[in-house]
Amino acid sequence: MTGRLSALWTLLRGDGQADRAVPPSGFTARLTVFTAAAMAFLAVFALAFSVSSGRLADRWAQELARTSTLRISAPAVEVEAQTAAALQVLEQTPGIAEARALTEAEEQALLEPWFGPDLPLDALPMPQLIEIVETEAGYDATGLRARLQAEVPGAVLDDHTRWRDPLVDAANRLRTLGWAALLLILGALAAMVTLAAQSALSANAQVIRVLRLVGARDSYIARAFVRRFTLRAAAGAVAGTAAGMACILLIPEGPADGFLTGLGFTGPGWLVPLLIPVLCAVIAFLATRLAANATLRSHL
Amino acid sequence: MIELEDVSYAYGGDTLFADLSLSVQPGSFLFLTGPSGAGKTTLLKLIYGDLLATSGRVALFGQDAAEMSRDQMALTRRRIGVVHQDCQFLDHLPVAENVALPLQVSGRADEAAQNLDDLIGWVGLTRQANQTPPQLSGGERQRAALARAVITSPDVIVADEPTGNVDWEMSQRLLTLLVELNRMGKTVLIATHDLNLIRAAKSQVNAQLLRLTRGRLESGVTL
Repeated sequence: MTGRLSALWTLLRGDGQADRAVPPSGFTARLTVFTAAAMAFLAVFALAFSVSSGRLADRWAQELARTSTLRISAPAVEVEAQTAAALQVLEQTPGIAEARALTEAEEQALLEPWFGPDLPLDALPMPQLIEIVETEAGYDATGLRARLQAEVPGAVLDDHTRWRDPLVDAANRLRTLGWAALLLILGALAAMVTLAAQSALSANAQVIRVLRLVGARDSYIARAFVRRFTLRAAAGAVAGTAAGMACILLIPEGPADGFLTGLGFTGPGWLVPLLIPVLCAVIAFLATRLAANATLRSHL
Repeated sequence: MIELEDVSYAYGGDTLFADLSLSVQPGSFLFLTGPSGAGKTTLLKLIYGDLLATSGRVALFGQDAAEMSRDQMALTRRRIGVVHQDCQFLDHLPVAENVALPLQVSGRADEAAQNLDDLIGWVGLTRQANQTPPQLSGGERQRAALARAVITSPDVIVADEPTGNVDWEMSQRLLTLLVELNRMGKTVLIATHDLNLIRAAKSQVNAQLLRLTRGRLESGVTL
């Protein structure tokens, strides 16, 4: 552990002479900076996607878990009586904070997306819907169903489990997808940095040979390459992260429950993408170190 | 100090030399001669750990070269100053920094300021100190390589044709430097075709002559 900290400190502090021993290589330098910037930019979006999906899953889970619907399908002459009986049962049920019969206008609004605004509800055998809001503790759905079956024969309780679970599951899968995308992006960054480092190491075969000839240890030679690529990747990632965060800030605000308009970070969540440049630098450090050690081992 | 026991080296299926033995004693001054292609450069590379023998044992300062770790080999190379035949440098750095490189890599950069100017002056490169190696002539590169090889005052100095591209006056000057180092107790091993250089050296020090020919190493050779 102490050795690793020492290596990190040496890396951060730098060794002017070791750095100078390797000539500045324009192409690989630009490639590394650009790749790190592009990957960090994409990583910000993947992170935002993942965080937003997670937030959506949590919200859906919470909101839907706390609401239920009671549907009363009865002959027209009995609907009013059964509704009143159902409301009475619900009022007496522990764990129910609020129960309210939807008005005709509200039911029409629910159907409007499918049937249009001029739907004659009177002409359709529409069930009466009762919206139920639970308390934190929730209610006993099995007990309530049994009581409703006895007292309100036309009532069907829908506690949203059937469609809440797939929705939450979908949102959770989106969150996983976001994390997977993030991992792939960082993996691609590692691959690109490794290729750039290998290219630089190959291009500097004579430098390595001269340094070994005069007694340089592998760690001395590797340090020059590792520090250079780590700093380049960090610089590119800072730029890419800043650009990504700026773009997310520019996404127009919309309804709070909109998915795309809700893409982004909230509150302290804005600090999370700031870890991306650090992560990119660590990845570049490890990738270059592995590439350098492998290349140096191929020299006697 | 440096021992080769029954050393063979094969390259691409061809055996360059076989069962070759050599003992380099501390403070000795050795010349290695032989026809081109006899394997002089290869032998020197075995001695400074740039190649490993196909068979046999090469011991550098008491350690088997084949069993050294990479760090041990690096530390061993610091005790051997090498003048390469093709004089490789870091082409983007000035001559002065190239000469000081062995001190830099061994963490003795502070010593550079004291010795560097004197040494660069001794090899006649004061004017070229801030130029880069590609700007130097062949002879200047050889002088810079020699300065780099001796700046750390190594125990052994190995030089492959160190005077191949320099005029007689400069070769005498470089020889004087090597003789001075030898008188200070350093071991010098030079591969050369230059018989005049060998004669000049023999008049100043007790130089031994080795000849590598047809895969065999002959010692105690006379001119």
